Amino acid sequence: MNRSIRRVAVAFMVLFLALLANANYIQVFQASDLNDRADNKRVTLDEYARERGPIMVGGTQVAYSVKTKDDLVYLRRYRDPQLYGHLTGYYSYVLGRRGLEKAENSVLAGTDDRLFVRRIVDLITNRQPQGGSVLLTINPKAQQAAYDALGNNRGAVVAIEPSTGKILAMVSKPTYDPNQLSSHDANSILKAANRLGDNSDRPMENRAAQRRYPPGSTFKLVTAAAALSSGRFNPNTQLPAPAQLDLPLTTFNMKNWQNGLCGPAPQVTLTEALATSCNTAFAGLGLKVGDKALRQQAEKFGFGQEYLSDLNASTSVFPKELNTPQLAQSSIGQYDVAATPLQMAMVSAGIANGGKVMQPYVVAKVSGPDLKTLEVTDPQTLSQAVSGDVAGQLTQMMVNVVDHGTGAPVKIDGVSVAGKTGTAQTTPDKPPYAWFASFAPANAPQVAVAVVIEHANVGRNEISGGKLAAPVAKAVMRAVIGR
Amino acid sequence: MSDTQQANSVQPRKRRGAELVLLVLALGVAVGAYAVVGVAVTGHISSQIVSYALGLVLLVGIAHLVVRFRAPYADPILLPCVVLLNGLGLALIHRLDLSKVKAAQDAGEAMPRVDAPAQLTWTAVGVAAFIAMLLLVRDHRWLQRATYTALFAGVALLLLPLVPGIGVRFQGAQIWVRFAGLSFQPGEVAKMLLIVFFAGYLVVKKEALALAGRRFLGLDLPRGRDLGPILAAWFISLAILVFQRDLGTAVLFFGVFVIMLYVATERPGWLFLGGTMFVGGAWFAYIAATQLHISQFSHIANRVNAWLHPFDPANANGAYQIIQSLYGFAYGGLLGRGLGEGHPTLVPLAKSDFIAAVIGEELGLTGLMAILLLYGVIVERGLRTALVCRDQYGKLLAIGVASVFAIQVFVVIGGVTKLIPLTGLTTPFLSYGGSSLVANWALVALMLRISDFARRPAAVLPPAPTEDALTQVVVVRR
Repeated sequence: MNRSIRRVAVAFMVLFLALLANANYIQVFQASDLNDRADNKRVTLDEYARERGPIMVGGTQVAYSVKTKDDLVYLRRYRDPQLYGHLTGYYSYVLGRRGLEKAENSVLAGTDDRLFVRRIVDLITNRQPQGGSVLLTINPKAQQAAYDALGNNRGAVVAIEPSTGKILAMVSKPTYDPNQLSSHDANSILKAANRLGDNSDRPMENRAAQRRYPPGSTFKLVTAAAALSSGRFNPNTQLPAPAQLDLPLTTFNMKNWQNGLCGPAPQVTLTEALATSCNTAFAGLGLKVGDKALRQQAEKFGFGQEYLSDLNASTSVFPKELNTPQLAQSSIGQYDVAATPLQMAMVSAGIANGGKVMQPYVVAKVSGPDLKTLEVTDPQTLSQAVSGDVAGQLTQMMVNVVDHGTGAPVKIDGVSVAGKTGTAQTTPDKPPYAWFASFAPANAPQVAVAVVIEHANVGRNEISGGKLAAPVAKAVMRAVIGR
Repeated sequence: MSDTQQANSVQPRKRRGAELVLLVLALGVAVGAYAVVGVAVTGHISSQIVSYALGLVLLVGIAHLVVRFRAPYADPILLPCVVLLNGLGLALIHRLDLSKVKAAQDAGEAMPRVDAPAQLTWTAVGVAAFIAMLLLVRDHRWLQRATYTALFAGVALLLLPLVPGIGVRFQGAQIWVRFAGLSFQPGEVAKMLLIVFFAGYLVVKKEALALAGRRFLGLDLPRGRDLGPILAAWFISLAILVFQRDLGTAVLFFGVFVIMLYVATERPGWLFLGGTMFVGGAWFAYIAATQLHISQFSHIANRVNAWLHPFDPANANGAYQIIQSLYGFAYGGLLGRGLGEGHPTLVPLAKSDFIAAVIGEELGLTGLMAILLLYGVIVERGLRTALVCRDQYGKLLAIGVASVFAIQVFVVIGGVTKLIPLTGLTTPFLSYGGSSLVANWALVALMLRISDFARRPAAVLPPAPTEDALTQVVVVRR
C-alpha cells in the first residue's frame, strides 16, 4: 500500500501548494485592486481613523475633523456649510466623497505621494498619520456678498481674478448642508440624501460650474469679439438694425427685446448695438462673420474645453452644423448655445485681461500636516482669445453698456465698470434667465463676475439681466475692490 | 521501497521531551496571542488571562502525561501542532468577542454573548475525548471488530439532523441537532465512525476490489460487480447534498472514501471512477439548479456563481461573504494588520467558517502560510504514520484520518480564499464549534494511538545486542 500512500501524499502536497499559491496571489498581487474597490469598508474605516486635513478659506477652516467616541473616530464638520457646500462637497462613509473632498482626497487623507516621507516617519514613530490642508482661492468677502445678494433667488455667481484665473467667489442657490451627509449616522444620511435628491430645485448641483444655460445676450460679447478679430468690423461700423429680421428658410422673424428699433435709426454702430443689446443687429453680424469664425472664437474663450475638473465643471457648447436661421439665433446666445456661469465669467475675465483667458482654479495652495507648503498653483494661460487691441475695444464697448446702456444698474461711484446684460429665452412656459457678465475696474481689472438668475419671485416682465442680475454682480465687485 | 525497509528506518526513541518543549512553545504563542488581542482591542490585558492560561496549561499538561504514559512512542509533533491551532483559535474567538462587546458598549446595548469561554469548555471536552480515546483504545486493531457497528452508528448520526423535532436548519444547511438545549453536528462524529468502517471493510475486501475488470485508456477499471460500495458512498454523499444541503460534508465523505479505496487496492482505476462520479455529480447538481430549476440544488448554483463572478451585482447577496473575506485578506497583505488591529467583524460568520479570513487579515500572508504549513505538518505526520505502520488496517485508518484533515482544510480554506466554490466546513481546531473540536481531538488521539503502535519497537526483538549484533539485520514482525 505504500506506493499509493506516497501518491496520495504527493496529491495532498499539490492541494496545499495550490492553497499557498492562491493566498500569495490574493494577498500580494490582487491586494491593491481589492483595497481600491469602492465598497471596501476597511479602507474607509482606516481613513476615518486618521485626522483628515482641513479645507481653508482665508484663515478659516471651512471643513475640518473633530474626534468622536464612536467607531469611525473622526467626524467631518463644515463651517458656513450653506456658503461653501458646493465647493467643499461632502465626506460621507455612506455616499462617498464629492467636490474638493473628492478631488483633493489624497492630500486631505494624508495618502498623497508628496507626503510619503512623512508617512514613513509616522510609521516608525508609531504616530497616527494626519492629512494635509488645502487652501482655496476664494475671497470670503466676495463669497459672502454673492451669497447675500442672490437672496432667495435660484441662480449662481462666479467671480474670477482676470490676471490669474483664481476663483474669488462661487455661489449656487439653492444650497445644502454637507454636515447632514457627513454624519456618522447612516439613517440620517440616507434621509437627508433622499430629501435632497427628491428636491426638484436640485440643491446639490453646483449651478455655477455644472449647469449649462443659454447665455442669451451675454454671448454677444463673443460675437462682437469674432467680428472685431476678423478685421472687417470696428466699434463704429454701422450695422443694419431693423425692428424685425426676416430669417431665411423659416416663417420666424427675429425681433428686438422691446419689439422696436434699437435706436432712433434703423442703423446702429456696433458699440450702440451692444449697449442696447440689439438682437437684429447682432444676428445680422453673426451671419456676416459666419459660423466657423464664431465657433472658433467661442472655443478660444473656453467653449468645448474642459477645465476646473476638481469641481466637475461642465463643458460649455457652441453647436456644430448650423443653418442660417440657427446661426442667427446662435449669434445672440440662443438656439443650442449653452454656457455655464463659470464660462461667461471667463469670457469677461478674458476681455479684462487683454484677451488672455486664464485657466480657472480654486485650490491656491496645498500644505502638509506640518503646514509646510507642498504645492502652490501657478496661473496658467488657457488661450489668447482676442488680441490686446480687440480686448481694449471690447472693454470700451462694455463700459459704454454700463454708462449709457442696459447695464446702468451696475454703476459704482468712482469706478469704471464694464458689463453686458442678458435675458435668455427658454421655453414659453418658463420665465427667461437673467444674466450679467462684467468686470471692474475697467482700466485695471481686479475681478470679473458672471451672474445668472434662473428664477425670482417677480413678474415675467420684470425679468431682465440689468434689473435682476446686475445688482448681484455689483455687490460682488464692490466686495473685491473695496468700494 | 518495501514495507520492511521502511520499518527498519523507524527510530525507537520516544521523543516525549521534544513534545514537551514544543507544547510549551505552542502554549506560549496561544497565551501570548490571547494577551495581545486584549491589549489591541480594549487597551488592557483581559482579566480572564490567568484562569485562561491556567486552564489551557492544565489541559495540555494532562494530555501530555497521558500520551507520555499510555502512548509513549506516539508521534511527538502532532499534539503541539494541535495545541497551537486550538490555542490560536481561542485567542481569535476572544478577539472577535471583544469587538462585539465593544460595539455593544458604544451603542449602549446589552452585553452580547461571548463565545471564548464556551470554546475553552469545548476544548476541555475535546481533551477529555482525546484522553478517553487513548485510555480506552489500547490497540487500534480492536476497532476492527466494530466495523459494521461503526457503519450503522455513522449513518444513523448522519441522518439525525433530518429527524423532525431535533434537527435544526441554519444558514440553509440542515446539519445540526438540538437536544436538551445543546446543539451539535452529528456529522463531525460520524466522520470518525465512517473512517473506522471504511478501514475495516476495505482491509477485508481489498483483494476482491483490486481485481481488474476492463482496461480503458490505459487504466485497469474495476469489475462491475465490485462497484457496490463506491456507488453506495456516492449515493450517501448525494443524499447529504440534497437533503441536508451540506456540500462540504458530502465532498469530505466521498473524497475520504475514494482515497482509502485507492490506497487499499492500489488501483488508479478507482480514483478515476470516483473522480468522474464526483465531477459528474457536481455538474449534474449545477445543471439541475440552473437549467431545471430544482430548488434542492439551488445552494450549489449560488455558491458556484458567487465563486465565478463575485463582483457581479446579480450575485450581490450570495457573494457578500466571500467578497468581505477577500477584502480582509487584501487588507492584511503580506504581514497583516496585527492581532486586534483589523476589521474582521465585517466578515459574516468570522468565528466559524471564515476564521481563516481573520488570520489573513490580522496575521497577514505570513500568518496564513504558517497556519497552512501547520496543517500540512499534521497531514504529513498522518501520512508518515500510515507509511510506517505495520498492519494494513492501521495504515488505512491513518490514511483516513490524514485525508479528513487534508480535504477539510483544502475545502474550507480554498473556499474562503476563492480558490474553489465556498462550502460550509469548519477549519479544524481553529473554528468556533464544539462538535468539530471534540471530534477532531478524538481523531488526533486515534492517530497518536496508531503512531504509537507504528513507532514502537517490535515486541519480539533479537537477543541482547552484542558487538557483532550491530551489523545484524533486524527481523521485523509483519
